[in-house]
Amino acid sequence: MSTQSQAAAQRPAGTAERPAAATRSRTPRAADVDRLPWLLVPLLALLALPLVGSLPSWVTLTVAGLAMGMIIFIIASGLTLIFGLMDVLNFGHGVFIALGAFVAVSVLGPMGALTGSASMAANLVAVGAAMLAAMAVAGAIGYVFERLIVRPVYGQHLKQILITMGGMIIGEELIKVVWGPEQIPLPLPQGLRGAYIVGDAAIEKYRVIAVVVGLAVFVAMLFVLNRTKIGLLIRAGVQDREMVESLGYRIRRLFVGVFVAGSALAGLGGVMWGLYQQNVIPQMGAQVNILIFIVIIIGGLGSAGGCFVGALLVGLMANYTGFLAPKVALFSNILLMVAILLWRPQGLYPVAKR
Amino acid sequence: MIRSLLSADYPRSRVVAAILVAILVALALAPFLFPGARSLAVAAKILVFILLVASYDLLLGYTGIVSFAHTMFFGIGAYGVAIASTRMGPGWDAIAIGIAFALVLSTLLALVIGLFSLRVKAIFFAMITLAVAAAFQTLASQLSEFTGGEDGLSFKVPEALQPSFELFEDTVLGASIDGRLLTYYLLFSAVLALFLLLLRIVNSPFGRVLQAIRENDFRAEALGYRTVVFRTMSNVLAAMFATLAGALLAIWLRYNGPDTTLSFEIMLDTLLIVVIGGMGTMYGAVIGSALFVFAQSYLQDLMGWISGSFEAVPLLAALFSPDRWLLWLGVLFVSSVYYFPTGVVGRLRARAPARGLS
Repeated sequence: MSTQSQAAAQRPAGTAERPAAATRSRTPRAADVDRLPWLLVPLLALLALPLVGSLPSWVTLTVAGLAMGMIIFIIASGLTLIFGLMDVLNFGHGVFIALGAFVAVSVLGPMGALTGSASMAANLVAVGAAMLAAMAVAGAIGYVFERLIVRPVYGQHLKQILITMGGMIIGEELIKVVWGPEQIPLPLPQGLRGAYIVGDAAIEKYRVIAVVVGLAVFVAMLFVLNRTKIGLLIRAGVQDREMVESLGYRIRRLFVGVFVAGSALAGLGGVMWGLYQQNVIPQMGAQVNILIFIVIIIGGLGSAGGCFVGALLVGLMANYTGFLAPKVALFSNILLMVAILLWRPQGLYPVAKR
Repeated sequence: MIRSLLSADYPRSRVVAAILVAILVALALAPFLFPGARSLAVAAKILVFILLVASYDLLLGYTGIVSFAHTMFFGIGAYGVAIASTRMGPGWDAIAIGIAFALVLSTLLALVIGLFSLRVKAIFFAMITLAVAAAFQTLASQLSEFTGGEDGLSFKVPEALQPSFELFEDTVLGASIDGRLLTYYLLFSAVLALFLLLLRIVNSPFGRVLQAIRENDFRAEALGYRTVVFRTMSNVLAAMFATLAGALLAIWLRYNGPDTTLSFEIMLDTLLIVVIGGMGTMYGAVIGSALFVFAQSYLQDLMGWISGSFEAVPLLAALFSPDRWLLWLGVLFVSSVYYFPTGVVGRLRARAPARGLS
């Protein structure tokens, strides 16, 4: 477990706790902070160490798991906030992942000069541009999606599931119309390939970048949620929407903002996922969808901190089991979800009102 | 007679009744009315989909549960027959044992999933079934020594159902009575019987409780019904019928693979058919399946024609290319959830005079 993420673990424990603390407030033990789920991440990593056997491969696997977890977190964080704030479960979230990845293909394609150069700075400029473009497009489409697909069915769960699923089909088909149905390679820029050698352990460069970007998003999200007025309103809205409304805030507009931001984050995550896999297909949204559903169920629907822990657990678990028992790896996520739900049936950090 | 066959659940609209009779007659006489292997295959597909969709409607339309694992049970049924027939050699005993094992497995899985996740919100269940179904599909393609992996299993059916089997020397009414025809009528009678059984189930007191849970689960619980138990029962029943549908499909195709029965496309098709046909009406499954399977073949032809005439405008041509027919079905799906939430059957019933309500 890197010290980085442990340092990160200190802060959010208090913040992500708020929903759970509200549940507790009905019980006498309101004061104590629930850090237990955060300990699961280092615990899982330590547990894997003797199983993996060699330290270098363990380091490689852990970094890979953290990188994968960070990417999943970026994608899933929007979804869980959308659900927490407005009780809307967007089955069409995967479309924005695929959309982001395909936009990245289109943006990176013509920038051969930047992606081909060996200098990492030039590569990062190209990737950064692709990320910004993907976020802009995914955010804009997210706005339209919210307007056309989600808005008419607020508060009706059954219809929401059906409608957003329909939106997913339409979005996927439209991606096929624009970019074609085939798999498109999305190679990593020249300078981002290869690995750093630390001791005996090889750590792929791109994975380090993924961890850094993921942490940056997480810290930025914590900052917005905990240190700004908008964040205060979002957290209050997750707790009690009607009360926020009756205090005179237009929660609908806030929600549109969160939806657009969540879609943009999914687009960003799509770029990173595409570069991680080094190819993109229109169906990737549906594939990743399943992973992020597992993550937000593990985290407790609506909790950003729980989503972070869940994503890291899923990422680490996938990499460890992939190394130890490849056949089991296909179900490691399901097993993890079952184990967590047996421990806490509402997820790691249950949100108060549900 | 008709009353007890239909469990007193009449079509309640002349148009619906007329369409249903037309579909019934067309399916019953399909081998004689539309000779040819291709049209018989379409008719058989309609039959299997009627059963699959009707069983899904028990879950979605009558109980108000969204499950994405329905094709998993469909696949279990198909794999049950396929694996048993490959291992034991062709025979009725292989089919019977395959179906029995598949039913037991489906029941257990549905029970576990139901008890595990139906306590919580509908959304939880939808997401968990989505994950479980995806895992099952991977499992099926990974256990290749058992399931044939991605290639699937081709197997032989009992002799009476093989194409080379001839019951009579001569043709009857222009069609030869061979094994395919017998298989078709096996499917037809099985689907008809199972469909009527489903109709019986949803119109029983048990079915009424399911509908009460759909409308207001809190109130149903307050009236003294254990909603978890009823939801789980509904889940198990739907799973069993889906398993039987899968077994029938495998018998018809004499083949099963992950893409034939487990793919997510089939799940989406089922969802589309239930919504377009009309949720909460068993007849919607019949009309929806017939419409959908026809659309699947003819919409593509129509779109090919439109696409051809738009050749000058590449984007429009791409939009109407026959491969993009799912796009238009998606649009149809979304608009039917908005504007016709009761589907074709509900719409036609609303137009009919209220007199049929007795």
